[in-house]
Amino acid sequence: MAAHAASELWQLSAAEASRLLADREISSVELTDACLERIAAVDDRISAYITVTADLARQQATDADRRIAGVPMQIKDLLCTNGIATTCASRMLAEYIPVYDATAVARLREHGAVLLGKGNMDEFGMGSSTENSAFFPTRNPWDTGRVPGGSSGGSAAAVSAGAAPFALGTDTGGSIRQPASFCGVTGLKPTYGRVSRYGLVAYASSLDQVGPIARDAADCALILQSIAGHDSRDATSLPDAVPDYSAALTGDISGLRLGVPSEYFAEGMDAGVRAAVTAAIDQLAALGAEIREVSLPTTQYALACYYIIAPSECSANLARYDGVKYGYSHQGDGDMWEAMERTRQHGFGPEVKRRIMLGAFALSSGYYDAYYHKAQQVRTLIRQDFAHVFEEVDALAAPVSPVVAFPIGERTDDPVRMYLVDVYTLPVNMAGLPAMSVPCGFSNGLPVGLQLIGPHLSEDRLLNIAHTYQQATEWHRERPGI
Amino acid sequence: MGCEITPSSKFDRKNYFYPDLPKNYQISQYDIPLCQNGQVSFEFEGELRTVALRRIHLEEDAGKSIHAEVTGDPTRSFMDFNRAGVPLLEIVSEPELHSPEEAIAYCRAVKEILEYIEVSDCNMEEGSLRCEPNLSLRPKGSKELGTRTEIKNKNSFQELIDAMEYEVKRQARILDAGEEVVQETLLFDASTGKTVAMRGKEEADDYRYFPEPDLVHVQISDEWIEESQPTLPELPAARRKRFISDYDISPDNAEFLTNTRPLAEFFDEAARLSGEPTTCANWIMGDLTRLLNTAEIEIQDAKVTPAHLNELIQLIGDATISGKIAKSVLDDAFETGKMPKQIVSEKGLAQITDTSEIETIVLQVVEENPGPAQDYRDGTKKAIGFLVGQVMRATRGKANPQLVNEILTRVLSTD
Repeated sequence: MAAHAASELWQLSAAEASRLLADREISSVELTDACLERIAAVDDRISAYITVTADLARQQATDADRRIAGVPMQIKDLLCTNGIATTCASRMLAEYIPVYDATAVARLREHGAVLLGKGNMDEFGMGSSTENSAFFPTRNPWDTGRVPGGSSGGSAAAVSAGAAPFALGTDTGGSIRQPASFCGVTGLKPTYGRVSRYGLVAYASSLDQVGPIARDAADCALILQSIAGHDSRDATSLPDAVPDYSAALTGDISGLRLGVPSEYFAEGMDAGVRAAVTAAIDQLAALGAEIREVSLPTTQYALACYYIIAPSECSANLARYDGVKYGYSHQGDGDMWEAMERTRQHGFGPEVKRRIMLGAFALSSGYYDAYYHKAQQVRTLIRQDFAHVFEEVDALAAPVSPVVAFPIGERTDDPVRMYLVDVYTLPVNMAGLPAMSVPCGFSNGLPVGLQLIGPHLSEDRLLNIAHTYQQATEWHRERPGI
Repeated sequence: MGCEITPSSKFDRKNYFYPDLPKNYQISQYDIPLCQNGQVSFEFEGELRTVALRRIHLEEDAGKSIHAEVTGDPTRSFMDFNRAGVPLLEIVSEPELHSPEEAIAYCRAVKEILEYIEVSDCNMEEGSLRCEPNLSLRPKGSKELGTRTEIKNKNSFQELIDAMEYEVKRQARILDAGEEVVQETLLFDASTGKTVAMRGKEEADDYRYFPEPDLVHVQISDEWIEESQPTLPELPAARRKRFISDYDISPDNAEFLTNTRPLAEFFDEAARLSGEPTTCANWIMGDLTRLLNTAEIEIQDAKVTPAHLNELIQLIGDATISGKIAKSVLDDAFETGKMPKQIVSEKGLAQITDTSEIETIVLQVVEENPGPAQDYRDGTKKAIGFLVGQVMRATRGKANPQLVNEILTRVLSTD
């Protein structure tokens, strides 16, 4: 193989890098240095990083050169990293340094992955544009005047701009898939419980999942292999065995029954998005899939359902930030209760406060039945809807979002308008199912993502569909000019 | 306790803010607890009382607040999180206890059961047992319960009684004045003997309960319950009954002997081995307890076993040693753990039962003590006591006292 110029090393996919490292064509130190240089070159324009761990990365790369895997990665700042600041993009935890690694992080470290740094995000995972970060917004590498999506915006932008071969993001209502779609990279949200939530700062416990954001499906398979599997420290983690995801990438989807849910192609969708997604579905048909129209009637309720359940759980999960135990603590108040209130007043951003209040209200006495309880019942219906549909088809194809990356500041004044960006991703979290975002084209020069949704524990099937598609298309190889 | 075990119970979050609560919610069980109903029976003022249980559930412990009374610094409080997250079993009774004394009797009964099944150390000072009374008053004859208060922070049964008695008086004062009792949680301050307000309680606070999403349902199968039943030990009340009926022990003694499970088991085994329950009971309640108290250890840590006691009783029974010697043998066994037979042979403590040997000594003693011997012959029968003592001294206590008496009497009478 030809020698690789340092200037090109940051363009390698995780699998390619892994192969080259294994063959000793390149060293992890070279690769890591190239990534660090790349970060220095672009991050002042996209702000994908809150913290860059350059010294640690070089040290780990040196270690890794003694092992096979040595691929550098970014970890969204919502996951605990031992000894390294984990801020959740919030003033509340701006100086918080965990004393342990999240399980997903620990497993990647065990496999020799190198930590480049922590990714910017919407505060505590709440947002769809990474504009809710307490520090700075991340900018889309395709157009730095636009958002990268959220809440894992820093992760998707980093991978897109070559500032990390891969990243770990999290997805509660679409926070891996939507930014992957906006940035033209591949993302996967696993089945709820497939990856341990231990060490993941909780937002909505019954919806949160950790997953990979990378350049293609093969990368996602590699990363998922490392992080998936039962963890005794997470009671909701599934005991099911982890299949060989890379081996599942056969490149053959002939006979696959692919459902297209009509409710996901509603009026008002960006025309370019509709065109790109439709073309992608046609492409999958050409590759052997059998396309069927299906219906998910409860889709229209998913948004309301999510915005009751997630805030309710988050109101309890974020109650711990009171300035007493750790994190930001307001000083100089009259008494303890006042101090707690001031801490939360100054420590949280507006969207976080909005959701905490929504949640506390929905759970309050007199309203619990009408809101929270009702929402859980609707959630069961959504789950049943999907289960029904998966009796007739093997997977679903749909858009990730009705829009492409929008300008920074365009939706910040209207929370509901912001929430609408996730209408097609939310139902998947409600049902606990796995889903992917796969680059499938452009609309006005901005990336469009195809969403693939599968039944419980069908990550291998989804990865194969995405992989097969990516063998036949080039969208995932497109790079922003930055 | 005769509860219904819920086949599938769940956890819920109880949300409230407090510095000693790490997450500012407590994992508890709200509407589907582990166990429901059930009852606890105990003796109170000579009667058998049965109190119904409402439920038993699991919840996590909060941390501990350390305030000025302990630190002496009124400007700040400290939070000790060491016990936060530790699971607690909460046993809730129906409001059927009618006096502080009755409440204590109930608590003791519950404590006894928990100790017996080895579920807890039940140490109130350490906090492994907490009794939290909910107390209300109502006019005589009224069926409706009054407003209740909950009292926390008692470190002993004595403090518990003091707290309840104070609270009864406090509420009575308020109600007599025509005012209303505020529903709240109170802390008992042992130094002043008073209850002090802490924070507004359940109906006052909205805990916004919702199912705990981080934990799965707890499934308890019928098979598991069936398998566990036979492994439960005989409970104290049943054991006391059996001791009284099978071993003919008095109720008071049965009470003593079932005070702890190891003690009851020691007695049970010793009685079984020896076939002499009353004798065993006397030895245990008397000398053995004395030795345990002096050494400050519990019976399960003693070197003496039921086998030791059994052998000791055999040795007395076949007159190898006297009762008095047996006491010193027990002391030795307690120290060394050696079996009584071994101690007796090593120390040559066996009684002298050879009548001619005794007679020789008796004759000698009578000869050396003509005065008392004459006193006896003249009618002062108790003078024999002195002579018996002399014989015992001469034999270093090993002569069989009964034989000594017989022989002395004979010798003194024939002269």
